[in-house]
Amino acid sequence: MKRLLILSGKGGTGKTTVAGAFIFLAQAQSYADCDVDAPNLHLLVHPKDKPNTEPFLGMPKYEIDSEICRGCGRCFSICRFDAIRTKDDRFEIVCERCEGCAACTLVCPEKAIFSSLEPTGELHLHLSPAFFSTARLRPGSGNSGLMVTRVKERLREASQSEMEILDGSPGIGCPVIASMSGTDLILAVTEPSLSGLYDLSRILKTAEGFRIPVIVCLNKANVNPGLASQIDAFCEKIGIPMVGHIPFDPNVVRLTNAGQSVVEEDCPSGNAIRVLFPKVMTYLKTVGNEVKNDYSSSFE
Amino acid sequence: MKSLNIAVLSGKGGAGKTMVAVNFAALANQAVYADCDIEEPDGYLFFLPEIVESTPVIVKVPEINVDQCTGCRKCVDFCRFHALGLIRGKAVSFPEICHSCGGCVLVCQNGSITEKPRIIGVVEEGNRDNIRILSGFLTPGEESGVPIIRAIIRKFRPKESLRILDCPPGCSCPVTESVSHADYCILVTEPTTFGRDNLQMVHELIRLLGKPIGVILNKSVDGYDPSEEYCLRENLRILGKIPYDEELALISSQGKIAVRGSSRWRTLFSAIFQSVLEEAYRETALDSQR
Repeated sequence: MKRLLILSGKGGTGKTTVAGAFIFLAQAQSYADCDVDAPNLHLLVHPKDKPNTEPFLGMPKYEIDSEICRGCGRCFSICRFDAIRTKDDRFEIVCERCEGCAACTLVCPEKAIFSSLEPTGELHLHLSPAFFSTARLRPGSGNSGLMVTRVKERLREASQSEMEILDGSPGIGCPVIASMSGTDLILAVTEPSLSGLYDLSRILKTAEGFRIPVIVCLNKANVNPGLASQIDAFCEKIGIPMVGHIPFDPNVVRLTNAGQSVVEEDCPSGNAIRVLFPKVMTYLKTVGNEVKNDYSSSFE
Repeated sequence: MKSLNIAVLSGKGGAGKTMVAVNFAALANQAVYADCDIEEPDGYLFFLPEIVESTPVIVKVPEINVDQCTGCRKCVDFCRFHALGLIRGKAVSFPEICHSCGGCVLVCQNGSITEKPRIIGVVEEGNRDNIRILSGFLTPGEESGVPIIRAIIRKFRPKESLRILDCPPGCSCPVTESVSHADYCILVTEPTTFGRDNLQMVHELIRLLGKPIGVILNKSVDGYDPSEEYCLRENLRILGKIPYDEELALISSQGKIAVRGSSRWRTLFSAIFQSVLEEAYRETALDSQR
């Protein structure tokens, strides 16, 4: 099984547009949206069935029983997340700030602090027309990394497919790191801007730490030709393959809003993706093998 | 005078948060620009500030005195983040996934656990023109940038009249942390169904936190705008529209501040910024009366 992950560092460079196009071109049987706090892939892939939905239970949070609390304030002093505040002459826990560490339970002399486990989002698994795992984090909740791990697990449990395409989230933090584990190849979608270049370098550093190979494609390439060649040169210098350029194309907004992938029509962006898609598939077949061998030999 | 903290958010990445935030900071007479998008901070690329101070962000992680550890497992069983394990009868810590709660130190009965500092990133403070620029940088490979956002907030000084907080995308913990320090929230969106769905999620979050909101419709084009439709349906105040424009895209891609280069963009951004300030002061005054 080969797993392709689409990332970008900077948001809005076109991860989901590229992911949707690849799913269409590959007639992929297995894919997931790992951008759990801003999921969009479902707007392009049109699942036909009602999903198998389960609540996502993150970490337990804690609550103070105001009947038992005597207001000594030890929990308040010990909490490192500013999650405890005074209420009248008692204390209470601010749910959005509680990390669920339970340190407060260790110091409460009245044993007035109890855990409560509430769902902090929903996991959806579609089976038709293909295996599609997605999720929606309840806004303001933590544990997005754990949720990404569950999204991937649910896909793997259901599907025996030889290839998985994962649409990732922006940034370099816990959801991105969670999406990276077990990935064979990362396609980083960037754009010709200083921000795009700088954010690309940060996602490359993150991937390097986990020893996952990365290839790059440049979206909206003609918006700033000068920076486009700067990014080409940057990739060449550090030995990261640039698999292709996609031009800025006003059709993307129209097709996206119609729920269609850009490769469903004859348009400049769609045509460019059609050209770079087979290159990515070739990398996925070869680069993934080398990496797997590397890892297996280090365990022997 | 009380400081006014304005958060700029979007849900969807690339909707134009940083472009709006840096142009507003440049229009203000005197402002603090705080880049809370600590995973991918890009605001400083626009200002190129003169750095006056660079402060490492330090969290505390457990250090185990192996000679004293009896291997009782209490810390291992207590840690909710699985950041401790038992190897050959002794506790070991995994600092990368530690949340620095200090629980293991409390639970250890013979004082074998102390805490040592660990650097997870840096906050840079600099100046350019009349703007004080605070940027947080999470070290690649680190999981949580929330302590870096807190370190940025600690750099705020009293009597700063206006602060603009450039927030991360999404709607999980780093966003919650940034927004909890805001008096007013600007949601920047784009005319796509992607923009609309993510706007809805971040709208839910802000409602939960009880902050006043206004929306800027960015990359606006003629025709159907799902985000605008959402605002009208939800009764969300639209503060202004920024058209999709090749010139503006080019200026921003070069890391330049549009309002400084052309009167056209200065006029457009000034008008929106004015309505932001009016709304923000009106809403916060209302808030203090409540």
